[in-house]
Amino acid sequence: MVQQGTILHNTGFAEPARTRMLDRLWEIQNRQRFISDTDIRRLAGEFSISAIEVEGVVSFYHFFHRKHAGKFTIYVNDSMTSRISGYDRIIRAFERETGARHGTTDATETFGLYATPCIGLCDQEPAALINFHPFTRLNALRIREIIAALKKGAPVETLCDEPAAPIRYTAGERPGIFFTAFTPGDAVSKLKTNSPDTIIGALKTTKLAGRGGAFYPTWMKWQAAADQPTGNKVVICNADEGEPGTFKDRILLQKVPETVIEGMTACARAIGANFGLIYLRAEYQWLQKPLLELLERYRNKKLLGRDCCGLKDFHFDIRLQIGAGSYVCGEETALIESAEGKRGEPRTKWFFPVQRGYLQLPTVVNNVETFSAAARILQHGVENYQSYGIERSSGTKLISVSGDCRKPGIYEINWGTTLRQLLSLCEAEHPWYIQESGPSGTVLSLDDLDVPIAMFDSMLTQHIRCGGALTIFSKNRDIIEILLNYADFYKKESCGICTPCRAGNFIVERKLERIRDGLATNEDLDELRQWGRLMRMTSRCGLGKTATNSIETALKKFAYYFESHTDPADKRLNMKFDLEGATADYEAYKS
Amino acid sequence: MNKHVTLSIDGRTILADEGKNLVDVAAENDIFIPSLCYFKNMDQPLGTCRTCTCKVNGRYGPACTEKVREGMVIEVGTEELKDMRKALVEMMFAEGNHICPACEKSGDCDLQHMGYELGISVSRFPHLFTDHKIDWQARRMLLEHNRCIKCMRCVEEVRTDNGKRVFSYQNRGNDTLVGIDYEQEALLSTEQAREAMRICPTGAIIVRGESLGKPFGQRKFDMKSTRTDFIPQRAYAKSSETKEKKRIATTSLAGCFGCHMSMLDIDTELLELVELVEFDKSPINDIKKFSGRCDLGIIEGGCCNDENIETLRAFREHCDILVSVGECAIWGGLPAMRNQLPLGECLEEAYLNCSTNDAETALVPYHKELPKLLNRVYACREVVKIDYNIPGCPPDAQHIWKAVKNLLWGEKFSILYNEFKYD
Repeated sequence: MVQQGTILHNTGFAEPARTRMLDRLWEIQNRQRFISDTDIRRLAGEFSISAIEVEGVVSFYHFFHRKHAGKFTIYVNDSMTSRISGYDRIIRAFERETGARHGTTDATETFGLYATPCIGLCDQEPAALINFHPFTRLNALRIREIIAALKKGAPVETLCDEPAAPIRYTAGERPGIFFTAFTPGDAVSKLKTNSPDTIIGALKTTKLAGRGGAFYPTWMKWQAAADQPTGNKVVICNADEGEPGTFKDRILLQKVPETVIEGMTACARAIGANFGLIYLRAEYQWLQKPLLELLERYRNKKLLGRDCCGLKDFHFDIRLQIGAGSYVCGEETALIESAEGKRGEPRTKWFFPVQRGYLQLPTVVNNVETFSAAARILQHGVENYQSYGIERSSGTKLISVSGDCRKPGIYEINWGTTLRQLLSLCEAEHPWYIQESGPSGTVLSLDDLDVPIAMFDSMLTQHIRCGGALTIFSKNRDIIEILLNYADFYKKESCGICTPCRAGNFIVERKLERIRDGLATNEDLDELRQWGRLMRMTSRCGLGKTATNSIETALKKFAYYFESHTDPADKRLNMKFDLEGATADYEAYKS
Repeated sequence: MNKHVTLSIDGRTILADEGKNLVDVAAENDIFIPSLCYFKNMDQPLGTCRTCTCKVNGRYGPACTEKVREGMVIEVGTEELKDMRKALVEMMFAEGNHICPACEKSGDCDLQHMGYELGISVSRFPHLFTDHKIDWQARRMLLEHNRCIKCMRCVEEVRTDNGKRVFSYQNRGNDTLVGIDYEQEALLSTEQAREAMRICPTGAIIVRGESLGKPFGQRKFDMKSTRTDFIPQRAYAKSSETKEKKRIATTSLAGCFGCHMSMLDIDTELLELVELVEFDKSPINDIKKFSGRCDLGIIEGGCCNDENIETLRAFREHCDILVSVGECAIWGGLPAMRNQLPLGECLEEAYLNCSTNDAETALVPYHKELPKLLNRVYACREVVKIDYNIPGCPPDAQHIWKAVKNLLWGEKFSILYNEFKYD
């Protein structure tokens, strides 16, 4: 397809205009608070595509609205950590103060009130975004003040909070890896003395593995991209931290964004890339300004741009792409599609991103934490990194701890730390059901207290391969409510193009509702297990493959809970069919 | 000049061109891998429907996104994989509202065909009854979202002469649907529009005035399996042993009596039937009340009112084995078309707002003697435990008869391909 116009970077890298689709939509959304039919037709003309394709993009992302979303658009986090910290109260308070009903705007279109999944502030719930500025630890009084001030014309940016970045623990007695001092250039200055092979070799020695939760060996990815023929190549930093309960990447971007930029630069050097892209989730838009300023400082210091880092013929620059509200864009191929200005639909495995990724060029996509770790390995050396952690699992891991504990925040733990140790560090309160790695991870119970959190290469040793979140629920929380919250999340966040994920998540939610309503039998539980497995084995991407992880493991670890919630009797009549309920609608016509 | 590679499918060694699509390689070697979204060799296959899931070198994945490589070990025919693929197609039936008897594409529909080939009798998943509107606004086409399986074929393949897409996915999650661009659609030539209808694997894209026009029996998937490994076995001849007389009861709930009519189509075997069974409560003999215990209850139709519920519960109480026959009994069928609307809307449309009614006197009938309508049509299995389901609209007479003989006397049977074709 012929694209009109391209965007040429001074590094020589060219992007088609279409890649600015999300940026253009954001401009419109921010300006007029919704995207009209006229806008869609205009953009279709601009990018030479059909209007329905633009509309497909708009309707994919939940932060784009087709109806006015209010001069002040309020998004309240409706994920589980928010639910247990008073979500309902907060929504009611916003409704009362703004006059907008949940899911709509008020009559004057001043305020729009919406729910959104996790906004990465689980350590300071209840939290909300107003015009994408963060507001944390909300209560009814605070909401009254905020709305009153907004009504009087105070700018949102003067009212919002600077989210705390609570780093609660760094590897015990020692300084840790991720949050030590860092001045720009600390890592990339080593590029002069380290060849691409040495960089990849260092990653191989440290066994650094993808910190988004997949734990694919980073060096293998970089090597595969380096092995592709010389030419345009791309480095993408996945800062679309959508997994509910995870906020470690946010903290890294708040505290040490330099390490991320330098990790990306190191990767570019190692694989021969000339273009970088940070895909930042829309929920973290409040980080956009500081990041852009930082990138500019890096360019001024000649650490980015042509012949950067003092290396002749090494041209590398980074573009910041803001997402628009979609969990599945955290999947690397969906992220690439989204960055190209399309719907965030994961690609098939016909080609891997290292073969054909962004704009069909060899691409490395890594998580924020992975790049940060890579920069630290360059800065402090392999030995320092390996002195942390345990054998077969060296280094440290950032864990976002939230839920029922006294000290939510970031814990930089040595690999090998047990669940018991971590729970005691964060002063968990009557932990009962513990969700590891967010909804896509597994469920832990008190039986797992002595299991180490590690990333052993073999699955033979029992360990918790934690992607970065630990959400603690006490005995006061209802398991089925947690699972239903997750199921609803997946039902809405599935990209919708593969059958098992689109239909499966919907069907699974209906099944869970039966359990909640006390209608389920043992047969239903068996079906839930089988259908979970079906989705795991047949879905197109990680979303569908992991969506039922928590259900499957909860059924295993909390069998007694489910037994007490099901009807064990094998009655041939379906006694739960409610005739009175079923005829209630008709009874309305009784005169 | 492609390099040849050797791979193994279900233990068979196969020689193929390197890099060729696994689905095609299997088909060339008479190994059936079902597929819906994959329909021709595409660089970047769609990989959306997942019905070609098999095991490649021990890992589960769709066959259509695999290029054959040297030494590949593929499993296709294990019981587990067969069941998984079947489940995925069942999922599509549960997710959409596929009412084949009312569909123009019946008999030429890839999805329906896949249902036959995989031997689907009932979807294991609950019907979701999501409300999809029909998009009739395009100049030449109708888009029936209830039938769409979101395979992406039209999204990728149908473009105007200037390369613009006519179809594109809209929304996300369970709200995903395929949208049509009215402006671009108008630019398609008649031939291009027909092609769009042709590549749609279901009846979701219908070109106005383009009836398929083929009589039953001449449609694409009529009467003959396209699978070369599908060898229908001959039906077992009836055994000559004398059998104990069994009691059968039948009823038609929210159904059209079509399944009962079909039962009569066993023709001369009716003579055998009367020797073998006695009818208790049934419309066939007009006995209204159960006179005793029955061996078998045959239910046609789903439940749309409280009288149906009462009858069905009575059947469960009196019958050892309960069989639902036909689509209406299995999941609601045609009457369940109303499930996408609230009951009030249906009643008001029929009795109050209908243009032939007198607005002054119009009222929704309600009387204690009248059965009370349920808020939606329920499948029989939602009300009582159903032991077996015989699918079809209506099921073939021989199919019902063979199933009955099997249930009552344990007679072995196999269903011929044309006996489970219902279009």
